[in-house]
Amino acid sequence: MNRVQNEKTMPREKYSMIFVIAGLAISVFGFLFRYLFYTGAVYDLPWFLVIIGVFVLAYGALQYAKKEKLGPDVVFSHEKSKTFFLNNALIFALLVLVLVVIFISPNFMKIDVLLDILSQSSIKLIIALGICMTLLIAGPDLSAGRMVGLAAVISTSMLQNPTYANRFFPSMPQVPVILPILLAVAACGLFGALNGFLVAKYNMHPFIATLATQVIIYGACSLYFDLPPNHSQPIGGVRNDFTVLAQYKIGNTISVLIPIAIVVTLLMWFVLNKTVFGKNIYAIGGNMEAARVSGVNVFKTLMGIFIFAGLLYGFGGVLEAARTAGATNQYGNGYELDAIAACCVGGVSLAGGIGKVSGIIVGVLIFTVIQYGLQFINISPMWQQVIKGIIIAVAVAIDLSKYKKVLWH
Amino acid sequence: MGEYMLEMNNISKSFPGVKALNDVTLKVRPGSVHALVGENGAGKSTLMKCLFGIHQPDSGDIIFNGEHVNVTSTKQALDLGISMIHQELHPIRFRPVMENIWLGRFPMKGIAVDKKEMIRRTRDLFAEIDLNINPETLAGDLSPSNLQLVEIAKAVSCNAKIIIMDEPTSSLTDNETKHLFKIIKQFQKKGCAVIYISHKMEEILTISDEVTVMRDGSYIGSWPAAGLTTDDIINKMVGRTLTNRFPEKDSVPREETILEVKSLCSPLPRSFQNISFELHQGEILGIGGLVGAQRTELVEAIFGLREIASGEIYKDSQKIEIKSVADAKRHGLALLTEERRATGVFAHLTVLDNTVIASQRRYAWKGVLSDAKRVKAARSMSKNLNVKTPSLDTEMENLSGGNQQKVLIARWLLTQPDILILDEPTRGIDVGAKYEIYTIMLNLVRQGKSVIMISSEMPELLGMADRIMVMCEGRLTGILNRDEADQVSIMRLATKYMN
Repeated sequence: MNRVQNEKTMPREKYSMIFVIAGLAISVFGFLFRYLFYTGAVYDLPWFLVIIGVFVLAYGALQYAKKEKLGPDVVFSHEKSKTFFLNNALIFALLVLVLVVIFISPNFMKIDVLLDILSQSSIKLIIALGICMTLLIAGPDLSAGRMVGLAAVISTSMLQNPTYANRFFPSMPQVPVILPILLAVAACGLFGALNGFLVAKYNMHPFIATLATQVIIYGACSLYFDLPPNHSQPIGGVRNDFTVLAQYKIGNTISVLIPIAIVVTLLMWFVLNKTVFGKNIYAIGGNMEAARVSGVNVFKTLMGIFIFAGLLYGFGGVLEAARTAGATNQYGNGYELDAIAACCVGGVSLAGGIGKVSGIIVGVLIFTVIQYGLQFINISPMWQQVIKGIIIAVAVAIDLSKYKKVLWH
Repeated sequence: MGEYMLEMNNISKSFPGVKALNDVTLKVRPGSVHALVGENGAGKSTLMKCLFGIHQPDSGDIIFNGEHVNVTSTKQALDLGISMIHQELHPIRFRPVMENIWLGRFPMKGIAVDKKEMIRRTRDLFAEIDLNINPETLAGDLSPSNLQLVEIAKAVSCNAKIIIMDEPTSSLTDNETKHLFKIIKQFQKKGCAVIYISHKMEEILTISDEVTVMRDGSYIGSWPAAGLTTDDIINKMVGRTLTNRFPEKDSVPREETILEVKSLCSPLPRSFQNISFELHQGEILGIGGLVGAQRTELVEAIFGLREIASGEIYKDSQKIEIKSVADAKRHGLALLTEERRATGVFAHLTVLDNTVIASQRRYAWKGVLSDAKRVKAARSMSKNLNVKTPSLDTEMENLSGGNQQKVLIARWLLTQPDILILDEPTRGIDVGAKYEIYTIMLNLVRQGKSVIMISSEMPELLGMADRIMVMCEGRLTGILNRDEADQVSIMRLATKYMN
């Protein structure tokens, strides 16, 4: 087969302009639709058109801005379109699912739904970002979920209304909100340090090290939760100045969790891509021996990974407690598996060394959209589980097929 | 059956970029021990892997017991009666010896493994070759020599007609070697043949009936062992002429000693012991020796990757302590490791990341990297070293071996070392890239830096090094000046303690 005949090229300038113009057209059409012919039958579809238009425009503009780096021509070929569909198969599957949900229940097309999905993804994303660092060094952190629970219990136990009847610490004075939060996050950081120490010092596989820590944390958290006079009662009556941290809505519409998650995501992107620490994580995950020979401080980096991850789980746990205005020792149970699944679906390799923040965002969103969408059209929770499992298996199978070529030759 | 039990005629085999075997012939008589000798990289192992079904030859034919065979898998080779005992053994350590032997063909009683029968068969087998090992011992508890003998027992149990032994005595003591030879003799009496790969000349002359010599993937010839001497074999092994494979050397080392190593000993008794040498400024010091001479272990210990039991290291006449790679880097040392894939390359990271990983702190302020500085450093260094890559963002695994090696050299040059240690710097890369790496080395010494180069290729040592230090079995057997060294003198030192 002659490959050259299958290829078509287009100047990148033209290619980017097509996207810019198309994006503009879609946005403008959305606006006109909203203000000229709008009937209400299609809910917030015009606004979604505007949003899609902006994304298309941004893609075109980015292509234009990066034309030096990407080369002057865009090449289309059979091979390339195949890889493109393979790389984005998940997004297409997601689109199909969304269309099906919309078809069954058109009021899915609401900005509120989108915001709901985003805010429900926020805490999961923070936890997934923590776990992704440990996945990058080929170590699933099984203690993440229990750390979420620990942080939730510690923070709420000290942040109850003075008038609430079943206070955890009946005679505790009003403390500044930040103190219990810091304490809760620090406790998780400490257990993260234990994880790191076991892995770095004794060369223990993270799977077993974090499994041990997970059990310890759950036990310790339950002991604390069982202290008199609480005796394992769910913690309630949480102070408003704490719950507002996760329940506040900007302009009464946008959950404060969304900007928080965005900030954490940007922070993690920065750490992974722009710091010595981040580069060392990829190096250790890609080839631990080569990293050692290159003089990377493996011990320090491993400690750093698990401590930082612990802090993120703790932060996620605090937000979870604030969002639900309460806590029990069962909080966070199983979150680590959801987070690991989201990371893998987002292209993070369990073998270590491969994974991007953007992939993790997609992975987390996919899970929330599926769950939310299926609930929206009243699919039973049991079926939801089955579908979720299938998605994990299929998504990772597709993702791995990308590397098959490399494995074969 | 004709005169020969096995004939391998005109075998050729290429790997990407390398012609590993070129028209090689090997003919083995029944009931004989046929020694296969040659330098490291001469193609002995490749030839044997073709016979054992691990590789398929590109051309040539194999005639076994008078029939043309096309061996495509190790299973097929075993079924034919060809067994191979590898230099590195990989037993299943936590299972009994007998299970290791009968794996895949356990004696059965119904659906269950017949343990009693297995013990009985193993006992009989061991009795046959005079081996006194309890069949139920865990394989991991055996000494290397006993493991070696168990492997031979396994080959016997497969009814092997021909056994390939790849340096079987490299971890054996004299007495164990004698035992091995006794077993080989018994084996011969049954009409079976042995292909014996070894570097130990005395051993070859003792045990073998015929000797085949290979060099650079080519067949040099076969001779009856009776008429040969050690020097004959060495001359045939190394007897190539040097062509213009090396750039002109135009600088001479200075008087100043930059690094001095005094009686360095490894805590492992079989590793390097009592090594002392000096490295001058602007000098290329070659380290020669055979595989297993502990050269890599020595330089890794100097670089802080391995423990040192005793001994001292001086840099610029100051005593220095190197306990980690960070210490080594601080003292201006750099090490390009032998195993590029295992300990050098980050295959899925970009060329940029691969280039700057060892010197990252230079481009960071409080842990935050400056992309501009990283790119600038990587770009200028890869330009200096002529790294051929589509861009700095290309994944490392897409580069050729030679270019990967240049990236790794760039990585270490960016740490601005005074002493660059290169462990087999040109292994597995093509001739053109080799030449470029030699040029880089000469540029470095011209700038007053010093180079230590481990190489198993003698022409490379002779062509590049100012002095050649030769090791054998962990001991230093001599340091030769450039003008007094030749292949025969190096080979003699490299095999000094072998018998």
